[in-house]
Amino acid sequence: MPRWGMVIDLDKCFACQSCTAACRMENNTPPAGPGATDDGRAILWNEVLAFVEGEYPKTQVLLVPRPCQQCDNPPCTYVCPVKATYKNEDGIVVVDYDRCIGCRMCAVACPYQVRYFNWYAPAWPPALRAHLNPDPEVAPRPKGVVEKCTFCIQRLRHAKEKAEAEGRPFDATDYQPACVQTCTGHARYFGDLDDPESLVYQLSHSPRAFRLLEEMGTEPKVYYLKQG
Amino acid sequence: MEKVNSSAPAHETELERAVLNPLRKTTLPFWGAIAVLGVLFAFSMGTLVRQWVLGLGVTGLNRPVYWGIYITNFVFFIGISHAGTLISAILRVTNAEWRRPITRVAEAITFFALILGAMQILLDLGRLDRVLNVVIFGRFQSPLLWDVTCISVYLLSSTLYLYLPMIPDLARMRDRMADSDAATAATEGKKGSWQNWRYHLYRIMAIGWHGSAEQHRRLEKSIGLMAILIIPIAVSVHTVVSWIFGMMMQPMWHSTILGPYFVVGAIFSGIAMLFLFMTLIRKMWGLEKWIGAKQYNYLGILLLVMSVFWAYFTLSEYLTTGYGTLVHEQHVLQAKLSGEYAPWFYAMLLLNFFVPFAILIRRKGRTPAGTVIASAAIAVGMWIERFTIIAPTLTRPSLGYEKAIYTPSFTEIAITVGSLSLFAMLFLLFFKLFPAISIWEVEEGEHIAAVKRKAEELLGQPGVELVSDAVYESNRRRLETGV
Repeated sequence: MPRWGMVIDLDKCFACQSCTAACRMENNTPPAGPGATDDGRAILWNEVLAFVEGEYPKTQVLLVPRPCQQCDNPPCTYVCPVKATYKNEDGIVVVDYDRCIGCRMCAVACPYQVRYFNWYAPAWPPALRAHLNPDPEVAPRPKGVVEKCTFCIQRLRHAKEKAEAEGRPFDATDYQPACVQTCTGHARYFGDLDDPESLVYQLSHSPRAFRLLEEMGTEPKVYYLKQG
Repeated sequence: MEKVNSSAPAHETELERAVLNPLRKTTLPFWGAIAVLGVLFAFSMGTLVRQWVLGLGVTGLNRPVYWGIYITNFVFFIGISHAGTLISAILRVTNAEWRRPITRVAEAITFFALILGAMQILLDLGRLDRVLNVVIFGRFQSPLLWDVTCISVYLLSSTLYLYLPMIPDLARMRDRMADSDAATAATEGKKGSWQNWRYHLYRIMAIGWHGSAEQHRRLEKSIGLMAILIIPIAVSVHTVVSWIFGMMMQPMWHSTILGPYFVVGAIFSGIAMLFLFMTLIRKMWGLEKWIGAKQYNYLGILLLVMSVFWAYFTLSEYLTTGYGTLVHEQHVLQAKLSGEYAPWFYAMLLLNFFVPFAILIRRKGRTPAGTVIASAAIAVGMWIERFTIIAPTLTRPSLGYEKAIYTPSFTEIAITVGSLSLFAMLFLLFFKLFPAISIWEVEEGEHIAAVKRKAEELLGQPGVELVSDAVYESNRRRLETGV
């Protein structure tokens, strides 16, 4: 069983936000206007965070693309009162939108704020609505539930089905999330963290590799390569 | 009408008249208060319906401030529900005689505050329609389930604890109503001024109480048992409320002090709320003779002690955090000490410690006026305390790329006002229907005092220690039988 993980090279990332856009199209997250975004209401499963340090002109900006960290030790799933969020058999933290009661305890427990709440029923302008991803697994979520990045698990299912149809064994390289596929600077790597032959295994063991808030013991499966 | 063998004196005592009269006659200010509270509550229901239709977007909540003043209200209401436990149970267990006239008010606060507290959680759910999932799929690993469990148990036991000591009074009212109905029927040939449904309500609720020694023995036994049981239950309730926050790895929440800190704060705000409501009832119902200087003085000392306890816990928590250099904790601490939450933080210190301490430390301050001022300060201060525990942590998440802002929306404020109105309204209506002072317990206290005086007289020395149960029981029986 592969342990799915991601490596993001901060040296290669130039914050073009194409990962954010690809995620939005793949996972049907509703658009938010500037007002809602300013209010902290935008739903972005993948976000490019800006850490600004120092005063102008000696300003240091660190831009960090942040999908769900897919912790091996996820604090969010521990606090869910109804098991609406859990780590599935592929080790990916998912949300059962039909069971979630909207208490937002998981959202408060997550130290990375990767969890988003549907404050209102999601809405799209007609032109965008016509281009929603028809996959039932990413059907628009109802108002009042929590949602988050799933490493595009619908793509994992598609990859497995495809391999089966072609009569060949499923290979870890058959599957990658939309943000990895689209990354303009090839800064994102995806694969099996347990396979010593895989690129993500090697990169996650690089001396440049680090994880966000590692000291909290959440064991994220998203690694970053230090900006150098 | 069935004739029941009554334990009540043949004629209404002064206490009975004072306690029961407000139940018979309704004054204009009472209806005025109910009307005002009712309008506020109805308005808040309108905003609540809007919230249910549109979604929680109508609140000021956002990411990462997922919880706001609904959760603050939840902690606040559950906190004041500790009034009843403390006064009734602890004082009953320790045989504090002065508790007698104020236990009923305290127990009623517990009952209604718990209902209001549980409601706040429901208001905050994104999917109220799925609330039964908590029962169907409940995970006991989640602190929320701990809360659901403990609060349900507490609600059940405090309902019982409110009801049990009321049974003899209910029987008394049943009998008085039967008497007055019979009297009016005899003189005027029509129904008495007390309506019939109330008679039936009291009759059913009195479950055949006729004041026999055996019934008394059983009642005392069950009240005594409940008083002991309810103390650990109450402590568990506020501990698990704090653990909703304490179990999260969030700065200034993930602290071992949180459980005891919340329990102390709960008892503290509970006593303050008791002062406010017992003074209101005393004034509206004219019960100055029974709820008097003794209650204000002793309970005032207790409030003072809790204020000092609270200050001590606060100092421990903030000094420990401040002395360290943990980055995430410092961000939250700075938000409170010098950031946008500083006005709240200092108001909290002023209202919870400095104002009440200055008033209550003096004997002259422990009067109705003094304690009401101190209690009003504490009621507001403890709400602010809950708010400054919840909001600053959420605005300064560990992954601190930016700071979040939380401004409660009009809907949230309206619903908060509506909740407080509903709380006060339920409380007033309850005491329109049931006596505000436990008549039989006060009478019992008077008997005990009389017996004690008599014993002192006979033995010729003051300060005789009575083996209260046995002596009281034999004396009571003697009084009853007139031997």
